[in-house]
Amino acid sequence: MNVIVELEKPLIELETKIAGLKKLNETQRVDFSNEIALLEDKARQLKAEIFGNLTPWQRVHLARHPKRPLALDYISALDGFTELHGDRVFRDDPAIVAGYAYLGDLPIFVIGEQKGRDTKDNLYRNFGMPHPEGYRKAQRIMRLAEKFGRPLVTFIDTPGAYPGIGAEERGQSEAIAASLKVLAGLRTPVVVNITGEGGSGGALAIGVGDHIVMLQHSIYSVASPEAAASILWRDATRAEEAAQRLRLTSDELFEFGIVDEVIKEPLGGAHQDPQRIIAETLAADRRAIERLRNLGVDELVDRRYEKFRRIGAHVELVHDSAAR
Amino acid sequence: MPTPSWLRRRGAKPQAETDALWEICPSCGERLYKKDLAERMWVCSRCGHHFRLHALDRIALLADGDFQEIAPLLATGDPLGWTDRMPYGAKIAGDRQKSGLLEAVVVGLCRIEGVRTGLGVMDFFFRGGTMGSVVGEKVTLLIEECARQRLPVVLVTASGGARMEEGVVALMQLAKTTAAVERFSALGLPLVTVLTDPTTGGVSASFGFQGDVIIAETGAAIGFAGRRVIDQTIRQKLPEGFQSAEFLLEHGQVDMVVRRTELKGALGRLLKFLSDKAVPA
Repeated sequence: MNVIVELEKPLIELETKIAGLKKLNETQRVDFSNEIALLEDKARQLKAEIFGNLTPWQRVHLARHPKRPLALDYISALDGFTELHGDRVFRDDPAIVAGYAYLGDLPIFVIGEQKGRDTKDNLYRNFGMPHPEGYRKAQRIMRLAEKFGRPLVTFIDTPGAYPGIGAEERGQSEAIAASLKVLAGLRTPVVVNITGEGGSGGALAIGVGDHIVMLQHSIYSVASPEAAASILWRDATRAEEAAQRLRLTSDELFEFGIVDEVIKEPLGGAHQDPQRIIAETLAADRRAIERLRNLGVDELVDRRYEKFRRIGAHVELVHDSAAR
Repeated sequence: MPTPSWLRRRGAKPQAETDALWEICPSCGERLYKKDLAERMWVCSRCGHHFRLHALDRIALLADGDFQEIAPLLATGDPLGWTDRMPYGAKIAGDRQKSGLLEAVVVGLCRIEGVRTGLGVMDFFFRGGTMGSVVGEKVTLLIEECARQRLPVVLVTASGGARMEEGVVALMQLAKTTAAVERFSALGLPLVTVLTDPTTGGVSASFGFQGDVIIAETGAAIGFAGRRVIDQTIRQKLPEGFQSAEFLLEHGQVDMVVRRTELKGALGRLLKFLSDKAVPA
């Protein structure tokens, strides 16, 4: 049950009513303009009430909204996207899509974590939770981007890497560890977009980049709130509490210096105006690539090193107060 | 006054195991005299079960003598301002008292079987060996120092993964340590990882599985997701020995499974072989 979908219900009812009145207004002789204006005012108020002050938990659900633009919505908005499949070892993982396309006139490689739109699609996409072969496909695309000197653009949207028997047997840890390492040293610009849910190592595996863009109502966290609650308190039902404590919202991540740019979403979330959000996100990517392309490759990789090198909250004590 | 059983937290050790003189083997139930157990490197004399080791005991076991610690006084901040049943700072204070360590990893320079090397050892008894800012920073400092001195690095892992209480800042330590490994590796220097019980999550999914050679200690539980998470997700019986060192060897995930009693020798031979060029003996 998505809490935002529930919250939206009265608003959608109201909007349906307004649409109906507007139709009547065009076809009937009676003038409903006043009623429409009143209802529209009410809808605006309601929208501001619902979305004006979202709790972290509500934002988690906004990030998981069934109508939120998914990786392929962004990727399809690029010119001439061609999907490339498979890890050459085991199978093609539909939870990760990859290929090449043009961002304006710029040839780029893309990698995205893809959730499904409905239950059937979600079963096919494994709810956006990649297996090791998905990350190995991603590594193949990363290396292609480097070899052919094309920038790499990634789209993060996953609750996390899949925790299952096959995933463990085929080395989920190694697959993520290797992806991180390939990205850390990749000799071409890497631009990362966090468009929905950024959950744990499974998200970071395609997230070590030079410029990190995050949508306002996306989340990015050390683990999904459910997983964090289960790890911390052995109780996944305390996810809401975990969401509050994890500081996983875009404003907090920007403040931490982990995210470089936040794309503001319309009131109510990206799905209220997907075309605009997609265009703005791709425009931000384009600006970042233009800037990064001016750097020499050595400088680019050095800067990426420094970018992650400085993240941490540690202090040097004057003396050891532990009972060593 | 002893804590009444109903007050003890779930998962806490029952009284019998925390006896000052005796330890019960969790595998075969044998009652073992602690002093003997320590002399046998904390391996059960009856069934060969490998007890979890404290970082300082592990260092004593592996280093030839002198261990020159790096960044011994690094302590964690509290990036999220975390509080649940108690503030994060209070949890850390408790861990320090219990473990005698300031954080969940000890790093430094030493010799193993005569070969000069960097050595980092994680301690599961400190917040489950989780990686937060300090673990990430110390591992990075060790790798950077060894890059400067052209020394190999040995990392002994024991960790539940990234530290939840440091949130996304902890997650970023995967990227930070990885970047250090990547640079180090590009210099042609060897990283050997020793995965001990347990190694999961953000530590296995970063430097744990980035070793040029990956050794798993006998009986260690190793994996990406914890058993509980997998259980909850798939709701079916897990295969026999799932996520054990031996299971990983069979599935091609580690180079070898080594007993604790043979670990130092194995490491020494490997380091000699790998670093002959980098460090003339």
